[in-house]
Amino acid sequence: MERMLFVLQRVTAVLLAGMVVVHIAVILYASAGSLSVAEILGRTRGNVAFAAFYGLFVAAAAVHAPIGLRNVLHEWTPLPRVAVDIAMAAFAATLVWLGGAAVHAVFTA
Amino acid sequence: MTKPAAPTLDVRIWRGATDGAFQHFRVPARENQTVLDVVTEVQRHHDPTLSYRFACRVGVCGSCAMTVNGRPRWTCRTHVNKVAGDGTLTIEPLRHLPRIKDLACDMTPFFEKWQRAGGVFSPTVSRDDPVSSVTPDDPGRRAADAAIECINCAVCYSACDVVGWNDDYLGPAALNRAWSLYNDERHGDRAGVLRRVSEAGGCASCHTQGRCTDACPVELGPTRSIAGLKRASLLAFFGLDGH
Ligand code: SF4
Ligand code: SF4
Ligand code: FES
Repeated sequence: MERMLFVLQRVTAVLLAGMVVVHIAVILYASAGSLSVAEILGRTRGNVAFAAFYGLFVAAAAVHAPIGLRNVLHEWTPLPRVAVDIAMAAFAATLVWLGGAAVHAVFTA
Repeated sequence: MTKPAAPTLDVRIWRGATDGAFQHFRVPARENQTVLDVVTEVQRHHDPTLSYRFACRVGVCGSCAMTVNGRPRWTCRTHVNKVAGDGTLTIEPLRHLPRIKDLACDMTPFFEKWQRAGGVFSPTVSRDDPVSSVTPDDPGRRAADAAIECINCAVCYSACDVVGWNDDYLGPAALNRAWSLYNDERHGDRAGVLRRVSEAGGCASCHTQGRCTDACPVELGPTRSIAGLKRASLLAFFGLDGH
């Protein structure tokens, strides 16, 4: 289990490193071009590549962040391990839900 | 004409177990004096009930480690003038280990973690077989050799913050030992070592900040050993050999 989490954290770190660069480039493109909300949504609506990219981004973040936070909580708080694990599973689900809702919203807007 | 007062050191030494307190001593400052000499001087001339450990006095046995002015050190090889420029010394037991009395702490958890990390050598040949031939230039042998000179002093264990935060963490010395055995072709259970250090509290818990490496008096690199274990553990997950 620990090794699985360790591997998942490393693999998602590699994914996120590349994806964050692309994400920042997208933000710069949108803001430098002063795109309006309608123009942005016009580009994202029905765009499968966009949805796939950000869907993967959300999944990677939802795996990566709770594993790291789990370590921090283990080391810095007296919370029992089981409590931390349950809380982190809930945190991962929340990230998937929030991120998924955002991707879904701009895809179908 | 009065003689100028001989220079002295202001020494604070931890007395008692966890609920103890510091006691002050004034001992003569000498030109050539180790921290262990100071502790011995206090025990011989001020208070014979002071408890502390040492054996070899020459940096071989690893039993004299204490916290000196906030840093874990081997006291027999630490010169006072290197660490107490202002003439004050604060000497405590090592961090992260139960305190027994004064400067002696209980090393049991430290050695139990060596065992848990698979630190016991299991031979692949018996005394009736010919001596195994070892190729000194083999990369695995070199990795094993780089980690092998550990004197079990627990200085790194005491320096590592993660050990203090996470009771489960095996710590730098046990993992460094595991890395040495993992690379030793004569060891009978190299896969077992990797399995043990990949469990909770194993190599993945290390923050790679290198306080252990900074503190190790023998100048070993537990951080590098642990990085090697992490790499091998990752590769093994994908079915690859990390040797
Ligand atoms: S590098 Fe790892 S083992 Fe060494 S002090 Fe830091 S956390 Fe501890
Ligand atoms: S690795 Fe260095 S500091 Fe740690 S126990 Fe061995 S000799 Fe001491
Ligand atoms: S007394 Fe042996 S290492 Fe210091």
